[in-house]
Amino acid sequence: MTNTNWQAYPGETTLSDLTQPLGLNVQNFLSAATGIAVMAALARGITGRQSSGLGNFWVDLVCSILYILLPISIIVAVILVSQGVVQNFSHYIDAKTLEGGSQILPMGPAASQVAIKQLGTNGGGFFGVNSAHPFENPTPFSNFIEYLSILIIPSALVYSFGILVNRRLHGIMLLSAMFIILFAGIGISLWSEFHVNPAIGGLPFMEGKEVRFGIFPSALWSVLTTAASNGSVNAMHDSLSPLAGLVAIFNMMLGEVVFGGVGSGVYGIVLFAILTVFIAGLMVGRTPEYLGKKIETRDVFFAVIGVLLPCAVVLILSSISLVVPGGLAGLSNKGPHGLSQVLYAFTSAANNNGSAFAGLNASTPYFTILTSIAMLLGRFGVIIPVLALSDSLGRKKYTPPSTGTFPTESSLFVILLISVIVIVGALTFFPALTLGPIIEHFLMIGGRTL
Amino acid sequence: MRNLKSGILIFLIMAVLTGVVYPLVITVISQTAFPDKANGSLLSGDGEIHGSILAGQKFTLPEYFWPRPSISEYNALPSGASNQGPTSEALRQAVEDRSRELTPYISGQIPADLLLASGSGLDPHISPDAALVQIDHVAQARNLSAEQKAHLRELVNQYIEQPQWGVFGAPRVNVLRLNLAVDDTFGKPPLEGANQH
Amino acid sequence: MTTQNKKTNLFDPQIVRRAISDSFRKLDPRIQVKNPVMLVVFICAIILTIVVIVEIAGSQYSDFKFNIQIMLWLWFTVLFANFAEAIAEGRGKAQADTLRAMRKDTVARRIRNGQEEKVSASDLAIGDLVLCEAGDIIPGDGDVVEGIASVDESAITGESAPVIRESGGDRSAVTGGTRVISDRITIGITATPGQSFLDRMISMVEGAKRQQTPNERALSVLLLSLTAIFLLAVGTLKGFTTYSENASGNQSFASLTVLISLVVCLIPTTIGGLLSAIGISGMDRMLRKNVLAMSGKAVEAAGDIDVMLLDKTGTITLGNRMATSLIPVWGTSIDRLADAAQLASLPDETPEGRSIVVLAKDKYGLRGRDLPSQTRFIPFSARTRISGVDLPGRDGTMRTIRKGAIESIWNHVRSNGGLFPLELNVTAHDVARSGATPLAVAEGSEVLGLIVLKDVVKGGIRERFAELRRMGIKTIMITGDNPLTAASIAAEAGVDDFIAEATPETKLQRIRDEQSEGHLVAMIGDGTNDAPALAQSDVGVAMNTGTQAAREAGNMVDLDSNPTKLIEVVETGKQLLMTRGALTTFSIANDVSKYFAILPAMFSGLYASAGGQLGPLAALNVMGLHSPQSAVLSAVIFNALIIVALIPLALKGVKYRPLGASVILSRNLALFGLGGLIIPFVGIKLIDLLLVNFKLI
Repeated sequence: MTNTNWQAYPGETTLSDLTQPLGLNVQNFLSAATGIAVMAALARGITGRQSSGLGNFWVDLVCSILYILLPISIIVAVILVSQGVVQNFSHYIDAKTLEGGSQILPMGPAASQVAIKQLGTNGGGFFGVNSAHPFENPTPFSNFIEYLSILIIPSALVYSFGILVNRRLHGIMLLSAMFIILFAGIGISLWSEFHVNPAIGGLPFMEGKEVRFGIFPSALWSVLTTAASNGSVNAMHDSLSPLAGLVAIFNMMLGEVVFGGVGSGVYGIVLFAILTVFIAGLMVGRTPEYLGKKIETRDVFFAVIGVLLPCAVVLILSSISLVVPGGLAGLSNKGPHGLSQVLYAFTSAANNNGSAFAGLNASTPYFTILTSIAMLLGRFGVIIPVLALSDSLGRKKYTPPSTGTFPTESSLFVILLISVIVIVGALTFFPALTLGPIIEHFLMIGGRTL
Repeated sequence: MRNLKSGILIFLIMAVLTGVVYPLVITVISQTAFPDKANGSLLSGDGEIHGSILAGQKFTLPEYFWPRPSISEYNALPSGASNQGPTSEALRQAVEDRSRELTPYISGQIPADLLLASGSGLDPHISPDAALVQIDHVAQARNLSAEQKAHLRELVNQYIEQPQWGVFGAPRVNVLRLNLAVDDTFGKPPLEGANQH
Repeated sequence: MTTQNKKTNLFDPQIVRRAISDSFRKLDPRIQVKNPVMLVVFICAIILTIVVIVEIAGSQYSDFKFNIQIMLWLWFTVLFANFAEAIAEGRGKAQADTLRAMRKDTVARRIRNGQEEKVSASDLAIGDLVLCEAGDIIPGDGDVVEGIASVDESAITGESAPVIRESGGDRSAVTGGTRVISDRITIGITATPGQSFLDRMISMVEGAKRQQTPNERALSVLLLSLTAIFLLAVGTLKGFTTYSENASGNQSFASLTVLISLVVCLIPTTIGGLLSAIGISGMDRMLRKNVLAMSGKAVEAAGDIDVMLLDKTGTITLGNRMATSLIPVWGTSIDRLADAAQLASLPDETPEGRSIVVLAKDKYGLRGRDLPSQTRFIPFSARTRISGVDLPGRDGTMRTIRKGAIESIWNHVRSNGGLFPLELNVTAHDVARSGATPLAVAEGSEVLGLIVLKDVVKGGIRERFAELRRMGIKTIMITGDNPLTAASIAAEAGVDDFIAEATPETKLQRIRDEQSEGHLVAMIGDGTNDAPALAQSDVGVAMNTGTQAAREAGNMVDLDSNPTKLIEVVETGKQLLMTRGALTTFSIANDVSKYFAILPAMFSGLYASAGGQLGPLAALNVMGLHSPQSAVLSAVIFNALIIVALIPLALKGVKYRPLGASVILSRNLALFGLGGLIIPFVGIKLIDLLLVNFKLI
């Protein structure tokens, strides 16, 4: 099960009232629970002292659903209904508008699904425009609850991971690294969004945004949803300012690292932590250790595969799609923004996100097939190396830390981890990004449209 | 084999729990606690449903306050947005066209939200500015006296919603609500010529 | 010879000359293939060479001056990396040559069936007995089975003073190629020719048997993956560029030459080119400290050591117990006691006896005296456990002075009709409890007092242990003493733990216990009974003076036979890892600036507004480089030169200070991380200025 929830469908026209809960709810719960189960396996691998066996997947799965996902979902769903999110099994309503026209209002059990799509970092909306839709996200307060839901479980799980590996402080350090990257992203995004667009007559960036939210919560959401591999949107990312778009793409390019998906964010950042410890650990003059386990060739290999495979998928598929007719046919924008659309699509698919520069017509067979490939490689290309890594670490002897050990519970570790994450991401994607959002930013400043 | 069997069994139990029981439980709670909101916050009168307070409607007559441009023309099936990027020539063109259309009705600077389309295509709100600049054309179309126009202004000010609990969101005006109030106060305009704007 | 080596300059002209010719020899593809990162550069250089040749052949010159310069610099990059490796090997090679000259075929005097026969040393087999007399070269590795001789081992150790080798005990091992300078010994050969210590030493210093160490392999995986992703990033750039060219209607400066330059600049060539040099020089640095590592893996493991087992005797203490004070019995003057103690010890040649004489002289002003000729010396015997003198007193009577263990003197005075004072018995207990050994002194039937013998801890050893503790290493003292004595010495020396009444079995068990808790254990030893423990430990340093068995069991041999050498061994191991980490960080950090040099150069033409020549991406040219060509060329040149500039660092290693991990890390990060970000910006700009100045572009 991938956790991408690429939504090329508008829920209200293509899915019936019954398929939404049965198909999507079940999938939303199970994929989130799978993420938690893999995270637990990894934690057991790290704490295991020359043991084999990573725990029972089914027990983890059921417990995650019963004790974490379901109870929180119920609370969130009820709050959302109180704000006006619809929750019924009625037929669509044909309303007669004030001017005498007709407006079909879609109905259905939206609140129950919205709750889990936000909490489980799935992101697939009940309606086509996702959380921009007034029935899915009717008030500023529902908006607040929804974006809070994006972060709550992924960030809590990082802390839990610290507890599971008996290094609470390490969990807090991982969490701090995530928050710092997140806040840097939010800063850049807001700075850019609160400027005006000289290319469109100096208007603010309100295209694709809802008045009830305004620019701040919309930009904030775009950072959160891409950082946490959620993929739900409350504004159209295609119309974000170029640098806010850049932050969104870059967040996804980093992989599921800055919070990431439920569970998957933890193992995403652990892969980076292992690389960090390896590179920096050498600098203290010892064979690098992560949480008491020596990092050796096999471990570096699995960590590198888990980090770089999604990157490779994004680069290859985007590059191809920008030259073949099947790919170019999907673009709705010209110039660098068209490039960004394709880049966004594959980055989102390969990194388990699901949000889009939705102008790209992704429902063509070409994009359906390629994004599916990207999703599968992006999800299992990470999970399989992570499980292999857990197994490899689990078989190792535990090395007790000494003063000569590279400390993974210090602020220095946080700085290093951030540097490695950002530099690896930046070095891999900088060329592609310069030809997309970066050049678009400069064009826009120059007042040019294409 | 045993593993697979128990796997399938667990999957089925979880599917029923999350796919059937969970939405039903939420529905029962919602229909009991917030029946109006759970059913779409509908507005009805004269035995008819006029729409939802949450979903924007299309208004083209100058007697009404106009909402934001909508790519789907406030058709809710499906909802949709322009998805034009910030350097899109098409977007620049659209803004220019809208600006040209609005200029006869609105004097001075046209607020950005009247030129730029929303994400959902169903945005029920406009900014307070966008409501205030439209008082002129509503008053003119309805032939309101200066006194009535002042009343209209009062009405608009009354319908400006402040951020939720002072914290969440931006100040805004619900166009449908405002137009209903205008109709209530000054009467319903004749509907010929609607949707020709 | 090794002492000579210590002084060898890093860039000895002779070594440099050989290294230069070696760097060309290493252009052999079969050698290049071993280093995947540099192989990419190698292939890129070949491709560009073909491009240039095609241009010349077809007289189709497009940007020829630029292409040929890039091509040359790529070849330089490959050569520089080869040079780094060659110069690291160079010193080992020079050393191997000297060693090899020593291995000239000697004639062995083999004893078979009681008959002596002359055979070539290369015909000796394990178990053969050979005879060596003064002047003979020892024909092969072995143990002395009979006799005692002084041997000149300077060829191997660089130490000119001869060493004693004798049968039995812990000083029986002899090494082929060394010379007997006195006496006559019979040697049992223990190594087949070709696998002797000398042979192994030659192949080690030459690097012939060098294999990648575990950590090096892990790092290679990382470097290879980075190389792959950068190849991909540049390869896929083709699609992005084509799209952008079509969309903007402009051309980009993305020729094959530029793309190749970008790849070479991005892949981690700095660390890739220096990786093997770092490994080789690590072993070389060990050698210059007169430690012969049997594998690179052992050097690397040394950096990870967190438990160290040290023999008490000779390592922590000065080897023998020394008299440190005198305690007279109540009513006896200290001078009388000192006088008696000195008299009793004057003929005693044991170190303990001599220390008593010295103590009496230093502390109580009693000079050593010649004893009257009638003096009779009673030597220590295991039965009586007493020694002493009988000498004529001033009044003509015989004075009988005895010293010995408390119990023995007790019996001695009792049998002479005296009494052992109870008070002194109590004092003796106290002394014993404090870790020292009390000796009683008696004259006739009268007990005079106690001599306190103590293990004297070496000066400065406490500081070394504190240093080790800061490095995160736990020290364990091994001693045959009783736990009481051991504890007191352990406390005085500042070791973390001790094993008292140690036997080979308890040592081995302790090592196993530590290892099962995940520790890496180092141990230094010399005796045959150390061999199992040396073999079990992760880093076993055998002393060169030790037995052949010990030398076989360890994975390092300390030619100086200096037990505190272990600390330097650990430091060298740490340096090795640090150097790798530092250069990897530096290499990756460098890439940021290279992007800022090359990407604007490639793309500044795109989306140029009508009439304008530069597109929006010219804004990224933060270094203000002169032209696209000069920008790319500067980056490539910087990339090549930085390898040369870092060779000294790779060979010498990053400086290690015994500080906590965080301090070391932040220091190295500031130096190599931040430095790696900033330096290339400056360097590339400078090269760009020079290129423009000299009209090379």
